[in-house]
Amino acid sequence: MLLPLHLQTLAGTGREVRLTVDGAVTRGNVLDALEASYPMLRGTVREHGTLKRRPRVRFYAAGVDITHDDAEARLPAAIATGEEPFRIVGAISGG
Amino acid sequence: MTAVRILVGTRKGAFVLTSDLDRKQWDVDGPLFAGWEVYHIKGSAVDPDRIYASQSSSWFGQIIQRSDDGGKSWFQPGSSGEESKTVDGMPQGESNKFVYDTSEATGRPLSTHQWYDGTQHPWEFARVWHLEPALDDPDTCYAGVEDAALFRTTDGGVTWQELAGLRGHETASEWAPGAGGMCLHTIVLDPNNPKRLFCAISASGTFRSDDGGDTWKPVNQGLHSDYIPDPTAEVGHCVHRIAIHPSNPNTLFMQKHWDVMRSDDGGDSWREISGNLPSDFGFPIAVHSHEPETIYVVPIESDSLHYPPEGKLRVYRSRSGGEDWEALTDGLPQEHCYVNVLRDAMAVDTADPCGVYFGTTGGQVYASSDSGDHWNPIVRDLPAVLSVEVQTIP
Repeated sequence: MLLPLHLQTLAGTGREVRLTVDGAVTRGNVLDALEASYPMLRGTVREHGTLKRRPRVRFYAAGVDITHDDAEARLPAAIATGEEPFRIVGAISGG
Repeated sequence: MTAVRILVGTRKGAFVLTSDLDRKQWDVDGPLFAGWEVYHIKGSAVDPDRIYASQSSSWFGQIIQRSDDGGKSWFQPGSSGEESKTVDGMPQGESNKFVYDTSEATGRPLSTHQWYDGTQHPWEFARVWHLEPALDDPDTCYAGVEDAALFRTTDGGVTWQELAGLRGHETASEWAPGAGGMCLHTIVLDPNNPKRLFCAISASGTFRSDDGGDTWKPVNQGLHSDYIPDPTAEVGHCVHRIAIHPSNPNTLFMQKHWDVMRSDDGGDSWREISGNLPSDFGFPIAVHSHEPETIYVVPIESDSLHYPPEGKLRVYRSRSGGEDWEALTDGLPQEHCYVNVLRDAMAVDTADPCGVYFGTTGGQVYASSDSGDHWNPIVRDLPAVLSVEVQTIP
């Protein structure tokens, strides 16, 4: 997984983190694995309680924007094998 | 007292400024939490090494940071080490979990408040505006949040619980956001009465609790606000900031969205003390640490023009508890100055003479080590300053 700068800082890690996912490799399970490994990221990508995506966060998988896809849909095989990154992206703002 | 430490929150991180008691030479450390908005950063009165910081981002939400060594190192409470584990071994990571209390057991939490268009709108957490450490316990801290509510931690910021009696007040469906959102931005603790606390919300007004935060009453009698349909309504006033002197907590001073006010009965009634100010609009208000009747404001031209009158940055001081004000200008720019000073961006130290400090939206932090007679910039080019707090270190 590739993290944006601010989440790298919070997690005390580099841009890339490797995660072991329990069960099917879905967006929900990937984010569960991220938050289990880096609990300081809870509430930063998904809201506490509802687990809704924060409005200005985007998800890319193998070059495809899956932000609005079902969180329980299986991700591409290249993500599951680690060949391609799952990216968390902060929405662009100008100025 | 051996040192003075200023905690500065800005749009792009926090800065810590330290000096000895001469307050002439300052060390500048930062940015901490670079790139994040730091609405407020404040130390505990009982343990000055304990500092809480509110770090937030429109992208990635709310973070609470804590330092136990006077700002040298920081961590998110509950997110590392053994304290982060639940009984089943899972990480908790709840230091940034501000979830409104919707239970029947506590308060009477409502689900909606008034929105800009007059319709009812659900309460939505945005950020922590203000952190107020308790006066008797470093692990207890209050947090004022947007949308307006009051939270408290008693475990050093690991978990936060809403004091739902405030948001459950019967007037809450009438509360409405100001231009900056519907924020609980001011928390004042009575040093003589641990059961009494005040808070202020934009734009609903001032509230007081006499039972430790369980129940609340609006205390806005005497306020007059032409921007609401009933200018003397019980709620709806855009209070910007309240300050007290610890020796006389029954007297409160208020900077409102127009008008500087004073109460001598714990908020039960207020009277205007704007007197000869060039404008009675502004955001911060502060009380001299050794003179309970000496107060400071920074007049701003108007709610439409958020900059000083005539382009002159002037702190105004009253030594008589209001009405009679003098301009303090020595060392402050007296031409072409169009910055603002936000509500949490002014503070005093407890050294003698009293030090007064404020930060601007232009990134300057000004200091006076003689109660405001003379000013010097400590730094000039920080990001826009959101908050300034001062610790006088033993």
